[in-house]
Amino acid sequence: MNGVTVATAYVGPMPERISREDVARIAQLARLTLGDDELDRFTSQLGDILDHARDLAALDLDGVAATAHPFPLRNVMRDDVATPSLDRDEVLAAAPEIESHMFAVPPVLGEPA
Amino acid sequence: MSALDTAAQVRAGQRCALDVVEESLAAIESRNADLNAVLLVTADAARAAAASIDRRVAAGEPVGPLAGVPLVVKDNTCTRGLPTTCGSRILNGWRPPYDATVVRRLADAGAVIVGKANMDEFAMGSSTENSAFGPTRHPIDPDRVPGGSSGGSAVAVATGMVPVALGSDTGGSIRQPASFCGVVGVKPTYGRVSRLGLVAYASSLDQIGPMATNVADAAAVLEAIAGHDPGDSTSIPEPCPPIGAHLGDGVDGVRVGVVAELMGDGIDPAVAARVLAAAEVLAAAGADVVEVAIPALRSALSAYYIIAPAEASSNLSRFDGVRFGLRVPASTTPEMYERTRSEGFGAEVKRRIMLGTYALSAGYYDAYYATAQKVRTLVLDGFAAAYRDAHVLLSPVAPTTAFRLGENTEDPLTMYLNDVCTIPTNLAGHPAMSVPFGHAEGLPVGVQVLAPALAEIDMFRTAAVLEAGGAE
Repeated sequence: MNGVTVATAYVGPMPERISREDVARIAQLARLTLGDDELDRFTSQLGDILDHARDLAALDLDGVAATAHPFPLRNVMRDDVATPSLDRDEVLAAAPEIESHMFAVPPVLGEPA
Repeated sequence: MSALDTAAQVRAGQRCALDVVEESLAAIESRNADLNAVLLVTADAARAAAASIDRRVAAGEPVGPLAGVPLVVKDNTCTRGLPTTCGSRILNGWRPPYDATVVRRLADAGAVIVGKANMDEFAMGSSTENSAFGPTRHPIDPDRVPGGSSGGSAVAVATGMVPVALGSDTGGSIRQPASFCGVVGVKPTYGRVSRLGLVAYASSLDQIGPMATNVADAAAVLEAIAGHDPGDSTSIPEPCPPIGAHLGDGVDGVRVGVVAELMGDGIDPAVAARVLAAAEVLAAAGADVVEVAIPALRSALSAYYIIAPAEASSNLSRFDGVRFGLRVPASTTPEMYERTRSEGFGAEVKRRIMLGTYALSAGYYDAYYATAQKVRTLVLDGFAAAYRDAHVLLSPVAPTTAFRLGENTEDPLTMYLNDVCTIPTNLAGHPAMSVPFGHAEGLPVGVQVLAPALAEIDMFRTAAVLEAGGAE
C-alpha cells in the first residue's frame, strides 16, 4: 500500500479514559486557555469521542502499513525560475501590528513592555 | 434556468451578464435575511465583472464556458482584498493578499462571484450551526439545519440565489448539505482541484467541489476549476477529462454496488428506501446491481475523527495573532497567543484542536494516530476490493434527512455520526457525489454515487441517469 510505514506497531491496550488533568495539559500544548466549565465539558466530550475510537484496538492491524496520504507522493521539483512574490505591503497590511516592515509582537521572554 | 443555458445566452448576446448578476443580487437581498446563507455580498466587484463580460461579448471576444454565471464561494476560499472569515471570529475582517486558484479559474471561465457563503467554523461541523456569524437555516423548514459545513453554499443554490456554488469537503461537507437541501454536490478525486487558497482544515482530506441544481452544471463547474496547479504540489498532473461530454452515456453494462455496511443500523429506513429505489432506476437503465461488503468502513468514522483533528491541530497553529486576523493584546507573546486563540476560536474548533493535539502527543501517538492511519489503509484496500466487483458504488449520503437546529449540538459524537456515509471517500481520496433523489417526510434526500480515483466520468454518467429517473 502507499504511504509511510511507522517504526513501531502499537500492541498495547488503549490508554485510560482521558482525565481533567490530561485535558488541561493538552490545552497548554495547544495554546488554549480553558475555563473550569470548558475543562469539565471537554473532559467528558473528548472522553466519549476517544471511547468510540476504542473499537480500533480490536482490529488486527499486524503488518498493515500506515497511510498518510491517499496517493503516492514524491518530492515535487520545479525549475528554479523566479516568479513574483506576494506584495509585501499588502501582506503587512493584514497584520495586527507592524514595525519597520516587520510583524511586531509583545515581549517574548516575559519582561513587561 | 441552468447555469449552462444562462452562459449560452450571454455568449450569444441574447442576455446581458449584468442583468443576470442583478437578478442574483436581488434574490440574495430578498431571501438572505431569513436564511443567513451569504456572509458577504460582493455587489460592486460582481457588477464590474459582469459589465466587462458584456463589453467583451459586444466586441466579439471569447468569454468562457460560464460567461455571466453568478455564484457564491464558501468563505474558506481566499478572495484577494475581500473579507474571508472561514466562519470564525479569528479571521473576522481579514482580507487575503491573493486569490485561490479556483477563484482565478472561475473568473477565466467567465463566472461572476456575487458573495461568500456561510459555513461551520473552519469547515468543522455538519450543520452550519458552528458559524461565528450565526447559523444558516434550511430552505424548506427554518427550524431545521441545512447540513454542513458548506450549508451556505447549499442554501444559496437551493433557493435560487445563484445557480451554482463552490463548497469544500473534508468528511462530507459538500455532499451532506447537498442531500439535506436537494441540490447536486460533488467531492472530486483528491488532487483534482487545486487547494491553493483554500484555508486548510485537514490537508490530506480537503477538496473543493461544485454544488448545483443539476448534474450538467456541476460537471461544467468542475471542468472549469479542475486541473494541475504548480501552486499545489498535491494536485493531479493529468488534465481533467471531458466529463460533460459523457453525461448521456447511460449505464448499460455498468456494475453498480450497493454498500451493505452503509444500509443497515443507524440509517433511517426512509433514506435507505430511496437508495434502493435509485438502484432500481439504474437496473432498469441496464446496470447490473450487486451488493458489496466493505467491512473496513465500520472503522472509518473512528479513524477519521483521529486523523482529521490531528491534521487540524497542526494547520490551525498558524492562527496566533501575529501575521493576520484577530490579536487579543497581552503583555507577553505567549500570553497573546493563548488569549487570541481562546477568544478567536469557537467550541467545536477548540474541541478538534484538543483532540488532534492529544492524538499526536507523546504516549498516545501510536494508540490513536498511527492506528488510525493503518485503518485508513484498510479502507483503501476495502474499496479496491469492492471496485473489482463494481464500477461505481451506491449508498446514502447521510443517515437521515435534515435534523432540527440544536438537536445535535450538545453531543458532539452524535453530530459526528452524521458523517458515517461520507467519510470513507475522503480517507480514500476518491470522488463521490450527492444526487437529489426524491423526499422523505417532505424533506429532500440525496443518494450517494461513489467511484474509484479519477473515475469522475463513470460517477457523473450514473448521476445523470438517476437525475432523469429521480421523480417519486
